[in-house]
Amino acid sequence: MDIAANLALGFSIAFSPFTLMLAVLGCFIGTIVGALPGLGPSNGVAIMIPLTFALGLDAVAALVLLTAIYYGAMYGGRISSILLNIPGDEPAMMTCLDGHPMAKNGRPGDALVISGVASFVGATLSTIGLMLLAPMLSRVAYQFGPAEYFALYLLAFCTLGGVASKNQAKAAFASCLGIMIAMIGLDPNSGMARLTGGNLHLYDGIDFLVAIVGLFAVSEVFFFIEKHGKQGALNIVLGRVTVPWGEIWSTRWVMARSSVIGFVAGVLPGAGASLGSFLTYVSEKSIAGEKGGFGTGVAKGIAAPEVGNNAAAGGALVPMLTLGVPGSGTTAVLLAVLVTLNITPGPTLFTDRPDVVWGLIASLLIANFVLLAMNVPMVKIFVKILDLPPAILMPGVTMVSFVGIYSLTGSYFDLLLVVVFGVLGYVLRKLDIPTVPVILGILLGGKMEKQLRDAMVLSDGDWTYLFSSGISIGLFIAAFLGFIAPMFLRRILRKPQVPDSA
Amino acid sequence: MTYTFRALLTGAALFVGGTATAAECIAPANPGGGWDFTCRQIGKILYDIGQVDTPVQVTNMAGGGGGLAFQSVVNERSSEEDLIVAASQATATRLAQNAFGGATADQVRFLGAIGADPGVIVVGADSEFQTLGDMLAAMAADPSSVAFAGGSAAGGFDHLKVLQLAQASGIEDVRSIKYIGVDGGADAITQTVGGFTQGMTGDMSEVVGFIQSGDVRVLAVLTEERVPGFDDIPTAKEQGLDVVAVNWRGLYVPKGVSDDHYQAWADKLQAVGESSEWAEAMAANGLAPFLITGSDFDAFITQNIADVQALSREIGVIQ
Repeated sequence: MDIAANLALGFSIAFSPFTLMLAVLGCFIGTIVGALPGLGPSNGVAIMIPLTFALGLDAVAALVLLTAIYYGAMYGGRISSILLNIPGDEPAMMTCLDGHPMAKNGRPGDALVISGVASFVGATLSTIGLMLLAPMLSRVAYQFGPAEYFALYLLAFCTLGGVASKNQAKAAFASCLGIMIAMIGLDPNSGMARLTGGNLHLYDGIDFLVAIVGLFAVSEVFFFIEKHGKQGALNIVLGRVTVPWGEIWSTRWVMARSSVIGFVAGVLPGAGASLGSFLTYVSEKSIAGEKGGFGTGVAKGIAAPEVGNNAAAGGALVPMLTLGVPGSGTTAVLLAVLVTLNITPGPTLFTDRPDVVWGLIASLLIANFVLLAMNVPMVKIFVKILDLPPAILMPGVTMVSFVGIYSLTGSYFDLLLVVVFGVLGYVLRKLDIPTVPVILGILLGGKMEKQLRDAMVLSDGDWTYLFSSGISIGLFIAAFLGFIAPMFLRRILRKPQVPDSA
Repeated sequence: MTYTFRALLTGAALFVGGTATAAECIAPANPGGGWDFTCRQIGKILYDIGQVDTPVQVTNMAGGGGGLAFQSVVNERSSEEDLIVAASQATATRLAQNAFGGATADQVRFLGAIGADPGVIVVGADSEFQTLGDMLAAMAADPSSVAFAGGSAAGGFDHLKVLQLAQASGIEDVRSIKYIGVDGGADAITQTVGGFTQGMTGDMSEVVGFIQSGDVRVLAVLTEERVPGFDDIPTAKEQGLDVVAVNWRGLYVPKGVSDDHYQAWADKLQAVGESSEWAEAMAANGLAPFLITGSDFDAFITQNIADVQALSREIGVIQ
């Protein structure tokens, strides 16, 4: 009853014409930002912050605009993943794996519709989850200490080998490379500089957004230069967009499971949308088995990561609103906005400022319907933006990448790093070494090290501390199986596959 | 039509001209932290109460725990008169521990502090420790039995608070007290409420929400007197431990500005500190009054850095 009354309050705020307009505007800008390679939710939201202050928006209005951009970017990220095989943002990288193959098989429209519906399902269910479970789920964070986090991160790395590459050794090498890059910067415990060469710019380590833009967007530009940019960026023709009802219905259980997994991944502080899409893809891949055809362009392979990353986006708002602990890079930026607007997120926010919380939740529900409309029937508008000749699109990608990075970090040094990572990405891809584990290493390596060292401090260097709780043991076992299982599955299932590929 | 267009152009020209001379406040961290708050709040109030004619532009320059901005001001912008930079106790602590790559406090001019976040020692609501004395008694028996989480790195200000208390209570082996530096105060609380650490050391503003929700118990606040609005929280002093540690929030300006300009900025900061707008912002964010500007503040910084240096040397954080 309480929730119904609160929600009524929320909708009374959200349905004011001005708030509604901001939500629609945010959805539109967000989808474009998400669709453009390199620009993701966190830089999209970051770019719009000055605008909200310039417009003099109040707390509710500013939050509605920025979270609509956030959700919009989560939807939009899939468009370039599917059509260009470049993730529009980092959580959309898993969508490339099946989305692009399906588009190449001549079904780009179906891929966009399935992923659009999946985004809607994930985002809506997780917004409802946020509404119902926020006070309760904020307690989950209390179950995770250093040992549990370490096991969780290990799980992410171990299961990666089976997904990102056909060769586990190459995937492991890429992960290690990423973790090594993550070691650059101040030692988290002693505060001493490591691997910085005395350069103050490297003291805070390498921003993973810089690495992502370099490895994905800039290296893509290099590949185009190599091919003399003859063929269009969008060598996939999008015909009439129809809704493949049967196929969407066949993914209903995938969507239900992935919503839960994605939401939980989002709730965990620091895990966020990338882990959500990653875990959902991996678990659905293992449920479907080799017969599921994951990686060849199947509906389930598109639905799972899209549900996962959008559900995680909603989940990440839970710790941000209830504990003031951001669950992802974007919620960290949103947290910054809240603090600037003089709102202190925390367990009391729900009682102190119900207008903010419930206005936000109601707006998110509305935004989801707006986004469904924009991303399914009107998806062609956004595809047009990508359907530009490479001579225009690629310089555009480069420009937006550089402007985006500069707007986020304000450092010319990071622009040089983007180029360095672009070259690195080009070399790695030439050697058939996957770049996704590198990103994961940069993203999680530092956190994983910190958790391990904290665990050692707390236990006086006793390694058994890592296995001291049921949660951590479960995660370790899952990690072990995740690393081992794909090797056996691959060996067993290789023979029947040969006729297919021949 | 033409008239309107021309008026717009003039307006745009004025706007551009105006921002070009606007004061700039550097927040040496990403948006969202204490330094960002300092810049944005002071910048906003400066404009609202008419101390500056154009809105203050806030620039975020994260890097090296504030070191990048410090170096940039010292090396590249040492005579800019419209530049202010957010600082806090963390700035002073890092200068004292030589964590800014050889930079020293006398390479800039410290302008003033206009508020302070009182240090707190916090335990989970179901902790066995009821008073600071309980906790310190357990630490005296076995220094490694009580682990702390805080938002600063090991050797940072949050860590030093615990060590100061331990020293004041006569514990000799302070180096075996366990401390993990996590990502901010909220994370530190989460670890403590979850039972992974036994105590949390941080600032009042970081724990306000958790006090209200009943998740934590504050054993002591590290101020001279009890903090208004939190009158039921005892100070460490009244529990017999003479430790005062507050995280002041303030500003510095480049070394090369004239004395007149320095004084003008100090007066402006004083005006912000005395405004009702700032009083509201402090109340909303758990800050306690702490207004020192100009040469008094310079003296305070010098003493503060000397104190931190002595303590850091004693516990082995620096040589």
